[in-house]
Amino acid sequence: MTVLLFTVLTLCVLGVLSAVVLYFVAQKFKVEEDPRIDEVEKMLPCANCGGCGFAGCRNMAEALVKRDDISDLFCPAAGAEVMKAIADYLGKAAPVKEPRVATVRCGGTCEKRPRTNAFDGAKSCAVAASLYVGETGCAYGCLGYGDCVTACRFDAIHINPETGLAEVDAEKCTACGACVTACPKGVIELRKKWPKQRAIFVSCVSKDKGAVVMKACKAGCIGCGKCAKVCEFGAITIENNLAFIDSDKCRLCRKCVNECPTGSITMIGLAPLPKEPKVAPAPKAAPAAPATPAAPATEKAEK
Amino acid sequence: MKTFPIGGIHPSDNKKWSKGSAIEVMALPDVVTIPLGQHIGAPAVAKVAKGDKVLTGQLIAEAASFMSANIHSPISGTVTAVDMQPNGQGLRQMMITIKREGDEWVEDIDRSETLVKECTLEPQAIIERIKAAGIVGMGGATFPTHVKLSVPPGKKADVLIINGVECEPYLTSDYRTMLEYGERMVVGVTILKRALGVEKAYIGVENNKPDAIKHLKALVAAEQGIEVVALKTQYPQGGEKQLIAAVTGREVPPPPGLPIDVGAVVCNASTTVAVYDAVQKNKPLIERVVTVTGKQVSAPKNLLTRMGTPIASLVELAGGLPEGDVKVLNGGPMMGRAMVNLSSPVTKGCSGITILSGAEVSRDVATACIKCAKCVSACPMALEPYYLSKLSRKGAWDVVEAHNITDCIECGSCQYTCPASLPLLDYIRLGKQTVMGRIRARAAAKK
Amino acid sequence: MANKFFVSPSPHIHGEQTTQKIMADVIIALLPALCVSTVVYGWGVLLLTAISVASCVLFEFLIQKFLIKGPLTICNLSAALTGLLLAFNLPLGLPWWIVVIGAFVAIAVGKMTFGGLGKNPFNPALVGRVFLLIAYPAQMTTFPAPKIEGFVDSFSGATPLAAAKAQMVDYGSFDMLGMFNGAMAGSVGEIATLALLLGFGYLLWRKVITWHIPVAVLGTMALFAAVYGAFSFDTPHLVLNFSVFHLLAGGAVLGAVYMATDYATSPMTTRGMVIYGVGIGVLTMCIRLWGSYPEGMSFAILIMNAVVPLINKYVKPKRFGLKK
Repeated sequence: MTVLLFTVLTLCVLGVLSAVVLYFVAQKFKVEEDPRIDEVEKMLPCANCGGCGFAGCRNMAEALVKRDDISDLFCPAAGAEVMKAIADYLGKAAPVKEPRVATVRCGGTCEKRPRTNAFDGAKSCAVAASLYVGETGCAYGCLGYGDCVTACRFDAIHINPETGLAEVDAEKCTACGACVTACPKGVIELRKKWPKQRAIFVSCVSKDKGAVVMKACKAGCIGCGKCAKVCEFGAITIENNLAFIDSDKCRLCRKCVNECPTGSITMIGLAPLPKEPKVAPAPKAAPAAPATPAAPATEKAEK
Repeated sequence: MKTFPIGGIHPSDNKKWSKGSAIEVMALPDVVTIPLGQHIGAPAVAKVAKGDKVLTGQLIAEAASFMSANIHSPISGTVTAVDMQPNGQGLRQMMITIKREGDEWVEDIDRSETLVKECTLEPQAIIERIKAAGIVGMGGATFPTHVKLSVPPGKKADVLIINGVECEPYLTSDYRTMLEYGERMVVGVTILKRALGVEKAYIGVENNKPDAIKHLKALVAAEQGIEVVALKTQYPQGGEKQLIAAVTGREVPPPPGLPIDVGAVVCNASTTVAVYDAVQKNKPLIERVVTVTGKQVSAPKNLLTRMGTPIASLVELAGGLPEGDVKVLNGGPMMGRAMVNLSSPVTKGCSGITILSGAEVSRDVATACIKCAKCVSACPMALEPYYLSKLSRKGAWDVVEAHNITDCIECGSCQYTCPASLPLLDYIRLGKQTVMGRIRARAAAKK
Repeated sequence: MANKFFVSPSPHIHGEQTTQKIMADVIIALLPALCVSTVVYGWGVLLLTAISVASCVLFEFLIQKFLIKGPLTICNLSAALTGLLLAFNLPLGLPWWIVVIGAFVAIAVGKMTFGGLGKNPFNPALVGRVFLLIAYPAQMTTFPAPKIEGFVDSFSGATPLAAAKAQMVDYGSFDMLGMFNGAMAGSVGEIATLALLLGFGYLLWRKVITWHIPVAVLGTMALFAAVYGAFSFDTPHLVLNFSVFHLLAGGAVLGAVYMATDYATSPMTTRGMVIYGVGIGVLTMCIRLWGSYPEGMSFAILIMNAVVPLINKYVKPKRFGLKK
């Protein structure tokens, strides 16, 4: 019995002693840190994607708390709402940034861009790109080995096995830009995010001359310039045999889409404009609410 | 028998296909395309425009800087284009296209067969002639030879090594060159010795070419200070650093260390012949010996070809491509580059066209690394390929840089020996390129 | 052109060796020892081996098929090799269900939990064996006597090392040649030293392993035993015999050649391999001479397995071109 008592007592005393020692040690080595950093970090997505320019969410949280002016700090993954909440919490002005979405600018599907050889090296776009032109005749387009898929922290980009191209899930995409950096061909761009995932962009980045492009791919931009002429907003520029639509200037009017002879201007979530818009005044209502089922009907009427 | 100290592999040399065929002079091509960048360093600057008439041996593009090389017309005719053309890898590159008309040469080129042994030129004059002739390393690295011979102040060359190793499987162009152009090569060695002011020159040849060793030994018997060194066959003995270690026992310091830091200058066997032609005959580098070989190639050949000849016409002479799946390589199977465009031209660094077919075409499916350490023991540069490859794949550039990824000579021994068939070098090469880019960027930022 | 062009970065050719061939080579190298053991102990050896190999392969298959749902790798023979090595480390007469438990621990705990082949920090066969040794000590240390004619039991039924522990070995007159040929009690695979060395020669010839680890382990053990013996015995003859005894007894050769050289759990550089081998040799002898177990090979290897990541981190090859 005494043994038992002795043991229990000794252990209790030891425990208390250690606790006291630990307490003082903790006090002595305590790191003074703004508790708000922890709070802000919790509000951030904690994906450590690096989309803000910092190494991780903790560094971002520190910067948000410590800097007076946070207008140039923005977490693309969290989005404007969360940034507003953080700014409110910190009592600072919220950074304003338009939402963006990663866009894969290549329409060279397996069908439109025939494979001319078989790549047998490590399945990596960077390896293939540093070696040669790629499995097709186009030296600019999506290679389809998925370096962007590996880089994405949000499971928002995938290779479609049917087309062999990367596809962005706009719902999940946070526009952190990791895929843009990962793509050795510079195919991916962060573009303005319209509601309902609507978008118009040139799905080609080939700087080759028209004849070379056409030989390699049926969906490539040949730099003919028709789209630029028809654009009323000056959103389209032609440089190095390639059309580029500035997503900040584009108003989704869709005129360029009809002009493109190769169909390299891709349109998402929008009904196609009738072929002869001047003849029929009816589609005026269309831009406001383009109901997809209505579109084929209009086309039929045209014919 | 001498060889390099660490690592190395013993792939089947497969030289039997083409080693027996004597060098054939190929008919002049009707059209040639000459890339402006076919050497290490800055691409040359075109000196001709569309419509110009050129003679064989005429300068058509001039070295853009010290680290660059002149380019001469390999045929006489009319320039039809100076534009972007796809190279063997399908990538567009600036090229000069010339259509042949007759065969007229620049006058001061000595086209006779007579061997001119005497060379009384000053070292600087020799180097000038080599520079003018646009000679670059013809073993594949295409390093401008005049740069190699211009020893920087404060350093001293004391040994010249002629690289007759040809450790790449399949290729036999250097072997045939040594056998058939041995006399010219030995004169070339004396010229290079004179240019460098060295007492001693070694010709390193692997012992899988005993007849070349015997032939060269007989030729140098009368010469002072030239020795033929038989080396134990082992890949990658033809690597500059490996060859210096094998012949002299000296190890070139890690990058940015150069062979000259240990007093050695290495020159390829074919390049040495080109040096003879340039200095003694005033003939620029406009042709070279190219091996066209492969297990299923019906008539493997060693062809003396003008630069700029389409590779397809060489393949045609050798009997065409075998049926089915093929992999056409510019170079040998260990370090050669796979091609997708056979209308691309023969360049200064093209020592052979290897055509793989059948089971050799595709790689085995990669499986998990079993940590067998075979890549570590095969690496001739004492690196840890499994580690560098894994981290390069993950993009840990700082770590791979700290583990000396820039030492890698891209010989492929690690990947050859990997029982899991992992694409080790694919990722290491990527890592090396990225790290070199980062180093350059840092240096630029400092300035 | 009807040709299909293939493209990849260099190199474009590959050596002969594959994981499967390497595993097959090790299995081949182990066969002579299995034969000797069958002669010495009878057909039971083959049954035990068959149970062990079959259950290892089965467990790997089941885990990959139903738990990981990844690609099946039983064709690379590594599970079969683990099963064979596990059997080599078990005494004959072990109930079949204990063997199955050992196989389960080896594959499921020792290998698959870490991600399968190449990622396991500890030698799976030894994990299985040590688990059984601790869980079923009685069954694991009951060794049947060899069933060969004219066998003189110089260690009175126990294994040589157990006899040594009990101070019952006369180092002047034990049957050295018999031990070399397999006439001693012990685990299924450890008794036939000659056959194991034959396999070692085969592995060296096939370039499956290098000599560094086995030589480092056995050399260190011999040296350690000799130094220890120099303090304990009077004549050099006895010291030598003591040293040789420790090389022949127990799992010294089996461990040094086949268990310590397991790729995944041994260092990557030659210098690292030597350090690792010396460590195993020292630890084995310490356990044998001063520990409570008669044999320490398994423990020594497992302990050194744990040190391997450290060795890999700090022991790097000498950089090419640096002054010596």
